[in-house]
Amino acid sequence: MRRLLKGGRVVDPANGRDGVFDVLIDDGRIAGVGRGLPANGAEVLEVPSGIVIAPGLIDMHVHLREPGQEHKETVATGTAAAVAGGFTAVACMPNTDPVNDNAGVTEYVLKKAAEARLARVYPIGAVSRGQKGEQLADIAELKQAGCVALTDDGKPVATALLMRRALEYASMFGMPVIEHCEEQTLKGDGVAHEGFHASSLGLRGIPGQAESIMALRDISLAELTGGAVHIAHMSARQTLDAVRFGKARGARVTCEVTPHHFVLTDARLAEPIAYDTNTKMNPPLREEADRDAMLAGLSDGSIDVIATDHAPHHYDEKRVEFDHAPFGITGLETAVSLVFDRLVHPGLITLGRMVELMSLNPARILRVPGGSLSDGAPADLTLLAPDLSVTVSAATMRSKSKNTPFDGWALRGGVAATIVGGRTVYVNEDAKLRI
Amino acid sequence: MKKDLLGISDLTRDEIYLVLDTAEAMREIAERPIKKVPTLRGKTVVNLFYEPSTRTRTSFEIAEKRLSADTLNIAVAASSVLKGETLVDTALNIEAMAPDMIVLRHASSGAGHLLARLCKSRIINAGDGMHEHPTQALLDAFTIREHKKRIEGLKVAIIGDLLHSRVLRSNALLLTTLGAEVWVSGPRTLMPPAVERFGVRASTSVDEAVADADVIMLLRIQHERMNGAFFPSVREYFNTFGMTTARMARAKPDAIIMHPGPMNRGVEIASEVADGPYSVILEQVANGVAVRMAVLYLLAGGEGD
Amino acid sequence: MDADRMARTLARIAHEISERNRGIEELALVGIRTRGVPIARRLAEAIKDINGVDVPTGALDITLYRDDLMRHAVGPQPLVRRTEIPFSIDDKRILLVDDVLYTGRTIRAALDALIDFGRPRVIQLIVMVDRGHRELPIKADYVGKNLPTSPSQSVQVHLAEVDGRDEVEITES
Repeated sequence: MRRLLKGGRVVDPANGRDGVFDVLIDDGRIAGVGRGLPANGAEVLEVPSGIVIAPGLIDMHVHLREPGQEHKETVATGTAAAVAGGFTAVACMPNTDPVNDNAGVTEYVLKKAAEARLARVYPIGAVSRGQKGEQLADIAELKQAGCVALTDDGKPVATALLMRRALEYASMFGMPVIEHCEEQTLKGDGVAHEGFHASSLGLRGIPGQAESIMALRDISLAELTGGAVHIAHMSARQTLDAVRFGKARGARVTCEVTPHHFVLTDARLAEPIAYDTNTKMNPPLREEADRDAMLAGLSDGSIDVIATDHAPHHYDEKRVEFDHAPFGITGLETAVSLVFDRLVHPGLITLGRMVELMSLNPARILRVPGGSLSDGAPADLTLLAPDLSVTVSAATMRSKSKNTPFDGWALRGGVAATIVGGRTVYVNEDAKLRI
Repeated sequence: MKKDLLGISDLTRDEIYLVLDTAEAMREIAERPIKKVPTLRGKTVVNLFYEPSTRTRTSFEIAEKRLSADTLNIAVAASSVLKGETLVDTALNIEAMAPDMIVLRHASSGAGHLLARLCKSRIINAGDGMHEHPTQALLDAFTIREHKKRIEGLKVAIIGDLLHSRVLRSNALLLTTLGAEVWVSGPRTLMPPAVERFGVRASTSVDEAVADADVIMLLRIQHERMNGAFFPSVREYFNTFGMTTARMARAKPDAIIMHPGPMNRGVEIASEVADGPYSVILEQVANGVAVRMAVLYLLAGGEGD
Repeated sequence: MDADRMARTLARIAHEISERNRGIEELALVGIRTRGVPIARRLAEAIKDINGVDVPTGALDITLYRDDLMRHAVGPQPLVRRTEIPFSIDDKRILLVDDVLYTGRTIRAALDALIDFGRPRVIQLIVMVDRGHRELPIKADYVGKNLPTSPSQSVQVHLAEVDGRDEVEITES
């Protein structure tokens, strides 16, 4: 099938492009990007002015919850949420039930993704068997089955020795280890950021150093082994400093930040809704200084990726005492609008940098196709509407779960359409495109 | 006043004084032959206690009965929790029977806030986790005012396990709102993070905290805290922070000793101090009924804003 | 009524009390807060002048006994003040004192409160002003002045102890 998208503003930093170009798609791949491309029988789609065409966005930190927790989300509903959020691909975490530490679960997830035919799914396998932190999982088997990275996410890799081995072993297969950095004894039974707000609300705190201590451990081990570590959901300014330190020393370290960590702070624990469990996630919302550090890191290039850590939980599970609520909020369907409203429009990052953070860099780190509109690349595109007025509505989200603190937020910027392998998998009615 | 009393943070200065003045009037009822007024006749108050408590629950129950309310005590045993009924479901089931007020004590900070969002009944917080225990702070203030005639300008020292104490948070808020100079003291490991932002002076030196104090308030030290490496031993705690007659000598000569109870004699407080002439600990308990009557009365009215 | 008239009225009531009650020793005055209390005290003084007897005097706050307490849709609770009846009322002849008798509901509340304190032999009612419009079968035994009013009017008894001056004032509300 041939399609020609005419007249959109193409932002493709991998190929140094930012301007009005036509994009030709043939048989699910990019067949050409240029000016005045002839249609030659292709289905022509006039792209309205203002719409930006970017290589498909990739969310490299998503919990799809299947197998085992289908009441929260499934691969089908999660990928539907992904494409509605503008993501053409997601990398999904292994803390399912059973844990994805074997080919069986990996193949199951891929099968479900293929049936849904929406976003591409790249499974991330467990570092340790059962994520128990004792023995390595069968990493070669996981790679063979289709995993692109490894993590014990939810927890850090249990010991320095095991992390060392994991980095060494995984590097044989070109896989990064994605780390949930959190020193467990400092975390204790903490539920919020250790600071004034948690303290006055009587909530046990988790200091920022619980994250940075582990990040330093992992960065040191990356340096020792030459392996690649990716710091997941970074939240503390001390961790960002550690990352800069590691990069300066030549360690293979990359890092990601979630939208909630560069938008919200721990003040949300108290207001507008005190003890709102939609402000409970791990790592927690931190102080203004941490949030501001994340903004600075996004701006100056120290941070590599924006990923959502989409963590759906059923309504009943969150409607409990703060102490008892599970950690996590959704993120797939709010990320793009938050990035536009809080980063792009205020001038903190350019559109090109947005594409790096949300498409190019994830593709490079995970070594998956995508991240650019080069000839022959898969025709995964996200059509963005930077000036679209969006009101976040949890009730109409495609995710099964509604645990978001952004419900009702009025934001500027959103997704117009999502195309995977040349096929349109999502169109935003409000953006009024015929595509 | 607001619909619920979830914390001292819900009360303005004037409202705090209103509670204290009303409690003054309520106290007289305990001296009558018939210790009852018909004010809350026909109103139902449910005491929903997830944590065991003889003192607070009895105090609320007596207060409710003296106002002629119908009281219902629900002591949630561990087994009910194990059966899996959530706090929300329990509360909604109770709500279906239309009580007017729910007095809630729970181990989780913010439990009252959760109920207040879901229930039409007025919620009174009888202690939520480490967060607040507003009626305790109110009865403490009542007791202080009775002895010292005012709160403003007094030096109050609060000593003990500050980190885990809801009594600390409520008292710090109330006393600073009324203009007292509040000092808190205890081991560094038991200081709440950002304690300076509570409006208090913090010191790990008990002697500095009690110097010229008008009021010394001791907080309970739980033995389990030794397991969390908060301090090495009860013996060391007592030697460094325990309130003895010798330590008390640095305070004003007419300083009063307070404790929310239950006490650990020989840990945070020496027996001779607990039983001594400056101790008002038992008065606190007696005043609790009057203060709780005042709170019940003031909250029971119309939808006040 | 001006200050002078009020003084003479109270003196007259004090005499009536002395005449109608052979056993002054059994008497006790209970003023209903707020303004019933200074009136009760003044009466106690006047009776002492006449008979040389100290009549025990107490103050009764009836707020907690009001029948309209929980019926307000909006608004804070009325302020409660201390009741001080430092003597036993059992077998006493209680003289309840209030400034204005209107619907009678305040007196009903006061009777309920008094009964909780003990069992008086007799309760009688003294009011400075009876403005009519009773909603309950209550009548005063001693009245300072009968003042027919309309419901749109408001009657205030001002007392030096509370308001700085003695005066009975009728206003259109």
